[in-house]
Amino acid sequence: MWDYLKLALLAVIALLAAIAANYARDLAYLVNALTIMLVAGGLFLWVLRRTDEPKPAAVETGYMDGVVRYGVIATALWGVVGFLVGTFIAFQLAFPQLNFEWAQGYMNFGRLRPLHTSAVIFAFGGNALIATSFYVVQRTSAARLWGGNLAWFVFWGYQLVIVLAATGYLLGATQSKEYAEPEWYVDWWLTIVWVVYLAVFLGTIIKRKEPHIYVANWFYLSFIVTIAMLHVFNNLSIPVSLFGSKSVQVFSGVQDAMTQWWYGHNAVGFFLTAGFLGMMYYFVPKQAERPVYSYKLSIVHFWALIFLYIWAGPHHLHYTALPDWASTLGMVFSVVLWMPSWGGMINGLMTLSGAWDKLRTDPIIRMMVVSVGFYGMSTFEGPMMSIKAVNSLSHYTDWTIGHVHSGALGWNGMITFGALYFLVPRLWNRERLYSLSLVSWHFWLATIGIVLYAASMWVTGIMEGLMWREVDSQGFLVNAFADTVSAKFPMYVVRALGGVLYIAGALIMCYNLWMTVVRGQAKASAPAAAPAE
Amino acid sequence: METYSILRQFADSWMMLFLLLFFLGVVVWAFRPGSRAKHRDIANIPFRHEDKPADTDSHGDGDRSKETRK
Repeated sequence: MWDYLKLALLAVIALLAAIAANYARDLAYLVNALTIMLVAGGLFLWVLRRTDEPKPAAVETGYMDGVVRYGVIATALWGVVGFLVGTFIAFQLAFPQLNFEWAQGYMNFGRLRPLHTSAVIFAFGGNALIATSFYVVQRTSAARLWGGNLAWFVFWGYQLVIVLAATGYLLGATQSKEYAEPEWYVDWWLTIVWVVYLAVFLGTIIKRKEPHIYVANWFYLSFIVTIAMLHVFNNLSIPVSLFGSKSVQVFSGVQDAMTQWWYGHNAVGFFLTAGFLGMMYYFVPKQAERPVYSYKLSIVHFWALIFLYIWAGPHHLHYTALPDWASTLGMVFSVVLWMPSWGGMINGLMTLSGAWDKLRTDPIIRMMVVSVGFYGMSTFEGPMMSIKAVNSLSHYTDWTIGHVHSGALGWNGMITFGALYFLVPRLWNRERLYSLSLVSWHFWLATIGIVLYAASMWVTGIMEGLMWREVDSQGFLVNAFADTVSAKFPMYVVRALGGVLYIAGALIMCYNLWMTVVRGQAKASAPAAAPAE
Repeated sequence: METYSILRQFADSWMMLFLLLFFLGVVVWAFRPGSRAKHRDIANIPFRHEDKPADTDSHGDGDRSKETRK
């Protein structure tokens, strides 16, 4: 019966998508409608072939790891895509000829840049968060995921969001809000997927067998709930036509700007920080084989972070039309935020106390420690840059880009790589990773890549800021904008090379994980498999 | 008074007081006497139930390896 309902629903969706494609007013909408039609049609056939067939007895015991395995694969795949696009646009900035004439309007910097940011934050980071949260919430709740196949719906629904958004960007569908570029119909679909994600996660917590909710789940939960709230409020828009991708924001002027950066900064705070702290609080203790340094500190860390982050957004709008009190508020909260951030960093690092020797022998724990170190560095740099006086120099310069990447490549990237190295042997039931020395190669390539990136961006950012404000004795500006652009060229090349090193490390990781699954020895579970003495 | 001023006044008076007291309450709660043993127990959650849920201890093992291979 349920299958027939599904068939009817998918048929209606495919039909409506076909109608929408027929009436489409712009190319991006047309391609997205056709994508939905094909996906619904394909799912229709898939369900049809299974309807009224004898079903294998469903395995409802044990943990639900299939969806986590898919999530791990998607994380690695989207990671490589996102890094590749990022490295390419870094070269585009250094060598503008790479904005090819034949690809104008599709593959120039302006179209590829949101593709890069969304691919690394939402596709790479988002898949990592969904996969690890499903893994961690099951282990720490001692319960199977709630909702059966809903977890699969979350996974595939999220991939659809990524594909619709990515193709839309290239074809020009964007609402021009940084990190919230997807147009209205993608926003609606993401809202549905996200509510189901919340239901699966919360349902698992509710049926947990452990009396307490482990701190990692608190962080994951706050990430899911807050992102839902931010996403809905920042995407309040009215479509111009049901058959076009363009929409108009409900807020206007400075209210819209403030909502955007309330969203934007908390995307950093709750997507890239709280969610990834959930990863830290599970994977660092597991890999170090000792419980977190101080559980009390983790409670204070959680509540302080949650209470402070939400106010920090206005620091993106210093010296704009925003009221002075609001940007001062944002600055003060950003500076105060330094404390819980470092509390969390200390908690993560000190988890290794008594096991520091692992740093020499275990490249995975080294990766995690460097990741937490970068978390500490960028959460010091961030509050400093939010101070108005510093911001007047740093804002709109490459320093901001350097800051973002020391957090994203260093903290988010490295903790995700560590989690992937942790998860793959366990998920595919392998004795160990294919090669630890390849992990070391990945570690050093990524670390040197980040150092090149961050250092060149500091230099070029501060240089650019100083050049912009330089005035001669008559009070005239000394430099034209183009002067700063040509002065930045060497640093842009260094930055792009840093990106090359980083993606080389990621490719080595993919090879290593692939060989772990294909070549690795299955973990011996029964004593019968033990070799004879 | 218009809505903005009412909300603004509420936000930086009673709401701020509530949030501050809530946060201080959390800190006091975390450091309450006798919580040490409980926190040690919670901190060790990741080291239990790595392979199977709590309710399938007796027969879950075979099922899990089946799912692993799937």
